[in-house]
Amino acid sequence: MRGQKPTAAMSDELLVVGLKKGDEAAFRQIFARENAALLAFARNFVRESAAAEEAVQDTWVAVIGGIGRFEGRSTLRSWIFSVLANIARTKAKRDGRVLSFSDMGYNDPAVDPDRFSGDGTWLSPPGRWSEINPERILGGRQLLAHAMAVLEQLPPNQRAVVQLRDLEGLSAPDACEILGITESNQRILLHRGRSRIRAAIEVLMDTEKGEQFDPTK
Amino acid sequence: MLTCKELGERASDYLDSEMNWRDRVSVRLHLMMCKHCRAYMDQLAKTVQLLRDDASTVDAGEPDPRLIALLSKRSGEAS
Repeated sequence: MRGQKPTAAMSDELLVVGLKKGDEAAFRQIFARENAALLAFARNFVRESAAAEEAVQDTWVAVIGGIGRFEGRSTLRSWIFSVLANIARTKAKRDGRVLSFSDMGYNDPAVDPDRFSGDGTWLSPPGRWSEINPERILGGRQLLAHAMAVLEQLPPNQRAVVQLRDLEGLSAPDACEILGITESNQRILLHRGRSRIRAAIEVLMDTEKGEQFDPTK
Repeated sequence: MLTCKELGERASDYLDSEMNWRDRVSVRLHLMMCKHCRAYMDQLAKTVQLLRDDASTVDAGEPDPRLIALLSKRSGEAS
């Protein structure tokens, strides 16, 4: 999760109670936890930073105004993301940007088909990743920064699903609800998105190996 | 019999336990016999872990004063 992690965090239940009472400390805690992730998520719907910021600001207004109607049927985080998705979708439509989560990013294979022989076995098998962690420097790039840069390049629907499921830790049903997609499409998009990031890390790992074993150096 | 290529297409379903038992057994059998697919599955699992462990803290900044004002209004209504 990408937001700030406050110390002595209140539970979601307490945060909702606080927000319903207009408690500033509760609001600041939710804001600190979610704002950066919401901004990143908004960029799936609207391209420009200013429009994304506006969508997130409108989301907070809607959250403050609508928390009385929050019944706890979903998690607070999932509800806030749903509010944002609705607002950002409307904004994208108003700006003439038709955003469809149903027509791209489904058909690319998870692994380059050239790496398999005709009978579906590996021609160019993957190597072993002995140690991998976010602080690892590979080929001069910090691994996590590299993964995040690839995430930014994904088609918006793949990126949105990977953000919700892997970065924000939301459940598959919550991600489907927020994005208005079916369970099977959610699974496809998640796997395609993860696969592209895996492939990019693999290239970086192979480059490092190549540099290590290059006999001319 | 599941091929390596087919396994590559279903790997996230396996990792996320979103597979029926028959498919799951099929993937497990394949993984027992195929070191390349074990390496592939391990790479994908590590990719997911990397994203989930993302410990980077992004400065959320300060909420817009208008939001705090709106909140105070709510507080006034609640009391």
